[in-house]
Amino acid sequence: MEFLGLVNYALFTAIFIAIYALLALGLNIQWGFAGLFNAGIAGFFAVGAYTSAVLSTPADDGRLGGFDLHFVFGWIGAMLAAALVAWPIGKICLRFRSDYLAIASIGVAEIIRLVIKSEEVLTNGARGINGIPRPAGDIGYTESQIAYLVIVLAVLIVAYVLVERQFNAPWGRMMRAIRDNEDAAKAMGKDVEFRRLEAFIFGAALMGLGGALFAHFNRSITPEAIDPMVATFLVWIMLILGGSGNNRGAILGAAVVWIIWSVSEIATDRLPHEYAIQAKYIRLFLIGLMLQLVLRFRPEGLLPEPLRGDLRGSRRTPKSGADHS
Amino acid sequence: MDLIELLNFYVIPGIVLGSIYALGAVGITLIFAILRYAHLAHGDLATFGAFVALACVTGVGIPPLAALPIAILVTAAVAVGIDKVFYEHLRERPKIVTVMASLGIALMLRSVVQVVWGVDTETYSRGIVRPEDYFGLRIRDRELYTVVALIVLVGALQLFLTRSKWGKAMRAMSDNPNLALLSGIDNKKVVMLTWVIAGGLCAASGFFLGYNTEIKSMMGWHMLLPMFAAAILGGVGRVEGAVLGGLIVGIAEELSVLVIPSEYKAAMAFAILLFMLLVRPTGLLKGKVL
Repeated sequence: MEFLGLVNYALFTAIFIAIYALLALGLNIQWGFAGLFNAGIAGFFAVGAYTSAVLSTPADDGRLGGFDLHFVFGWIGAMLAAALVAWPIGKICLRFRSDYLAIASIGVAEIIRLVIKSEEVLTNGARGINGIPRPAGDIGYTESQIAYLVIVLAVLIVAYVLVERQFNAPWGRMMRAIRDNEDAAKAMGKDVEFRRLEAFIFGAALMGLGGALFAHFNRSITPEAIDPMVATFLVWIMLILGGSGNNRGAILGAAVVWIIWSVSEIATDRLPHEYAIQAKYIRLFLIGLMLQLVLRFRPEGLLPEPLRGDLRGSRRTPKSGADHS
Repeated sequence: MDLIELLNFYVIPGIVLGSIYALGAVGITLIFAILRYAHLAHGDLATFGAFVALACVTGVGIPPLAALPIAILVTAAVAVGIDKVFYEHLRERPKIVTVMASLGIALMLRSVVQVVWGVDTETYSRGIVRPEDYFGLRIRDRELYTVVALIVLVGALQLFLTRSKWGKAMRAMSDNPNLALLSGIDNKKVVMLTWVIAGGLCAASGFFLGYNTEIKSMMGWHMLLPMFAAAILGGVGRVEGAVLGGLIVGIAEELSVLVIPSEYKAAMAFAILLFMLLVRPTGLLKGKVL
C-alpha cells in the first residue's frame, strides 16, 4: 500500500520532530535563556532513555530492575535522573565562562557513553534493553503510531506552554538579564550562579524526557541507538537555525532540520553502496557548514528572539550585542 | 610488581601518551589565552594532520618521520584558513559563538577525513617493532622520537615566545589585549601566528598518536578532553604548564588501570578536569581563568 506507507512515514517523521523539538526546547532554556553552552545533549538524552527503560520494563535477571512501573513514572524518573546528572556538573562549571561548561559537558557525554557500554548491571551492555512498553502499543501499527504521536505532541505542548510562561515571567526576564550582562545582573542582587544552575537543570530534565520518549517509541534502547555527536549537533543547529531565545523558533528549527536531514538520508540511500557511506559523511559536513552559514548570515535564526519593553518596535539588534568575554 | 615493571608497563607509555597530549595542549592553551575561546575542533585538527602524514607515507612513499614536517605545514595552513573563513567574522561577537562554530568545524573536519580516507584503521608502517633495552627499561625508537619531538618543538616555541618580537607580541596579547593593541601590536598577525603554531603542534600531536598506536578518524575527538584537562591543569596561557599537565594526564591515565577498570581510562582526564576546576581553576602554574 503506497498511501499507507506514506502515512506511516509521515507519522514516524512527526514523532521524531516532536522528540527533537523537546530537546531543542531544553537547549533553548540553557542557551537561549541563560547562554549556557551544553555540548553533551546526547548524554542527558541517554540518561533519560535508560532510566525510563529500567523503571518501566518488567523484571529481568542479570541487570538492575526492571521495576515494571507505569510509563509515566518512567518519564518522571528520566527527568529526575537527567537533572541529577546535570546538578554536579553545573555546580562546578557555572562559576566560569561557558567555555568550561562546553568542555565539561563533552566529558559528561563521553563518561555516560562509557558507563552505558561497560556497566552490564545497569544497562545490559551492548545488547541494550528491549521490551520497553509503549503507551497504546498493543493496537494496530498505524493506530499505535497515531496514538503515540498524540501523546508526544501533548507532552511537547505542555512543555512549550510551561517554558513560554517562564520565558515571559520575571524569571525569564532575569535570565536574559544575566545572559546579556552578568555584571549588571549581579549588581541588581541576582544570584547568577544559582540561576544558571536552575536553567541548566531544567534544560537537562527536558532532554532526559526527550530520551525517555525516544526509548518508549523505539521499544528498545542500545548504546548504538544514536550517534552522540550527530544527535547533539542536530539539536544545536535546530535551535540556532530556528532562532535561539524563541521557543516557537526552537520547534520550527526542529521540524526544518529534521526534514532536511531525513530527506537527504532517503536521497543518499538510493546511491550505490560504495558511495552511500561517503554520502553519509558528506551530509554531516553539510550540516556543519549549515551552522557556519547561519552563524554568519542569520545569527538570530528564522524566528528571532522577541523583544519586549522599550525595544519593541525599534530597530532590531541581534542579541549578541553584549559581549561578556 | 617491582619498580622496573611499573616503569616499563605504565610510566613509559604514560610519558609517551602525555607528550602527545602536551603537544595538543600547548596549542589549546595558546588559543585559550590569546584568542580567548575554547577551540573544540582541536582534536579533529590533529586527526587531519595525522591523515595528511599518512597520505604522504602511502602516496609518496617517504618514511613517517619525513612526512611529519609536511603534515605540520599543511595543517598549520589549514588552521589559518579555517580561522580566516569561519572564525574571523565572529571576532566581534561573544566568544562563545566561536566555540559553537568550532564544534561545527570539528564535525566538518572529521567528515572530510572520513570521506577522503574512509573509516578504517590505518598504520604508518606495518610489523611489530621490538623495544630496545636501556638498563632494563624497554623503550621503542618511536617512543623516544615522540619525547624528543616534544622537547624540540616546545623548546623552540619557548625561545620564540621569549626572544623574538612577534613572540613577545603574542605574550602581550595574552596578558593584556587592550594595552597590547594600544601599543600598536598588529592583532591580525598575532592571530595568524597563533594559528600557525597551534595548527602545527596539533598535527605533530596527531602524527605521534598515530605513529605510536593507530590512525583512526575518531582518534582526535577522543584526545580533546585529555588535552583540555592538560591545558587547564597546567594553567591556561602557560606553555610549560600545558606540557606538565599533558604529562600528568598521560601518566595518570596509564596508571589508572591499576585501580579502576580499564574501560574507564578515558574518565581519568575528566576527573582531573573537574577536580582542578573545583579546587584550583588557575591551574598548577597559575594561569588565567576566563
